Amino acid sequence: MTPTYYLLLSALLFTIGAVGVLVRRNAIVVFMCIELMLNAVNLSLVTFARINGSLDGQIMAFFVMVVAAAEVVVGLAIIMSIFRTRRTASVDDSNLLKY
Amino acid sequence: MSVMSSVLLLAQEQAPAPARAEAPPLTAIWPILIVLGAACLSVLFEALLPKHLRWPGQVVLTLLTIVAAGVKLVTYVSGAPAAGETAMFGTLAVDRPALFLWGTLLALSLGAVLLIADRSVEPGGAFVATAAIRPGTVQDRAQVGSTGMQTEVFPLTLFALGGMMVFCAANDLLTMFVALEVLSLPLYLMCGLARRRRLLSQEAAVKYFLLGAFASAFFLYGVALLYGYAGSVRLADISEAAAGSDRSDTLLFAGMGLLVVGLLFKAAVGPFHTWTPDVYQGAPTPVTAFMAACTKVAAFGGILRVLQVALESTQWEWRGVLWGVAIVSMVIGAVLGLTQTDVKRMIAYSSVAHAGFLLIGSIAVTEKGLSSTLFYLLTYGFTTIATFGVISLVRDSSGEATHLSQWAGLAKRSPLLAAVFTFLLLALAGIPLTSGFVGKFVVFEAALSDGMGPLVVVALVASAVAAFFYLRVIVLMYFSEPAADGPTVTVPGAFTTAAITLGVIITLLLGIAPAFALDWASSGVFAIR
Repeated sequence: MTPTYYLLLSALLFTIGAVGVLVRRNAIVVFMCIELMLNAVNLSLVTFARINGSLDGQIMAFFVMVVAAAEVVVGLAIIMSIFRTRRTASVDDSNLLKY
Repeated sequence: MSVMSSVLLLAQEQAPAPARAEAPPLTAIWPILIVLGAACLSVLFEALLPKHLRWPGQVVLTLLTIVAAGVKLVTYVSGAPAAGETAMFGTLAVDRPALFLWGTLLALSLGAVLLIADRSVEPGGAFVATAAIRPGTVQDRAQVGSTGMQTEVFPLTLFALGGMMVFCAANDLLTMFVALEVLSLPLYLMCGLARRRRLLSQEAAVKYFLLGAFASAFFLYGVALLYGYAGSVRLADISEAAAGSDRSDTLLFAGMGLLVVGLLFKAAVGPFHTWTPDVYQGAPTPVTAFMAACTKVAAFGGILRVLQVALESTQWEWRGVLWGVAIVSMVIGAVLGLTQTDVKRMIAYSSVAHAGFLLIGSIAVTEKGLSSTLFYLLTYGFTTIATFGVISLVRDSSGEATHLSQWAGLAKRSPLLAAVFTFLLLALAGIPLTSGFVGKFVVFEAALSDGMGPLVVVALVASAVAAFFYLRVIVLMYFSEPAADGPTVTVPGAFTTAAITLGVIITLLLGIAPAFALDWASSGVFAIR
């Protein structure tokens, strides 16, 4: 089993996440797609650690997880506050700021 | 007697030697440690102090922290090794550009914190008393009149400042990523804390958060690909790996592209600017000032370091692309700035144009390019802080009056405010005798000497177009009749006055006698490789 397949899988997951951010309407789902992108990066970090024969990549994956957890805390707080105001989490309805 | 003194002399000469050997390698990063330590202390203040003591406690702590970090920085700079040194196991590179950027960040954040702490312009401050209250409810209307304020904004500011300082000194990409998040996450929250126009403020926070996290993911994927390419995330190792190897260029180019996109987003450059106008408009004005000045400095500090250290050996590959990005950024900023009807949005587009000018200096990979970009960051930051300080003073019954039509004839109501704002706009446009002119001059000169003539021509045209929308505001203020129900100009308290005065004086000083600051900016290059 060559590690290259894992790299392709992670690129695929990253692309799915990026497309999801662009096409989905619900802020929570958009946020989940961003988390998918971060986890795709984790997969490629671990694969590169295996290819390069060093542990750095695996340690970096832990850092990414911690940062992603902090991001969830902040992000869900912000999305919750706007949901309680508008009764919707759709990113299309937040359209007061324009031009 | 002479024997005694020579013995004493010997003892004095010998004494420091072992002390230097034992000294922990922390002396260089004291400013960062002070800021982050104070941020933690500030969280404790928030938890333990009774409510009426929080605001004075937090303000004193925050201002003292910034001053203390500045003093530590100044005492370190006088004896700092010219070749720079690394700290924290080589993850932080403390060299001359890093020290200059730290100084700039601390000075700018002093001005921004003064604006944030002000409670004279808006009774109770620009921040909501309780952020959890829903806009439009009875409690929300009650909190507009109350004088309380969510003092969490002070620890958030300190954490963001600490993240910015780490970001522009990061010597490897992982540290850079963590610092990027440490500076971004508090800013997302601070955007949503405006006392007035809560809906706009919350919307700005959501937009900034979603787009910011999206850009961080790109940055991180770039880091992963470069790690796969070079087998290390140390900036110098990446440069070395790219200099001479037969490894796959796909990983290098893809990683480089994704990494730079993430950085350009944070710096609000070119086609990655879409969040900027919305967030600048929706966020509380003091936070906009902090964000516009300090984030720009930190982001360009990171861009300079990545381009000049990690990607130096591949500069012929990325240069053409960044030429295009700089042109797009200047054109978007100048042309869309013309169509704006809101002052804060207009300044946001002006910041996009300025980001283009800064990028020109950054892609000149020479000593001159580095020092001119650093100088430009200093000048732009102070002018911006003072500009947003002035914007926060023009108010009507619903809060700040930011629509351009409301600014008509303002010179008749308040000649002083109109004069100060005119001066700041001229500095943003780059008229001689202001710091903006000197900044643009040194950046364009560095670009010309590095063979970027066509780019400089585009930049000059963009500056001319941008000057038009600054002049339009000046004409509006002086040559229109004020509306009967127009906004009033608030007389600012000590804090806002101090912040605006600081910004104006430095804008004037750097316009008339820029030599000393130019000397600081060119005192050294990125030495840690």
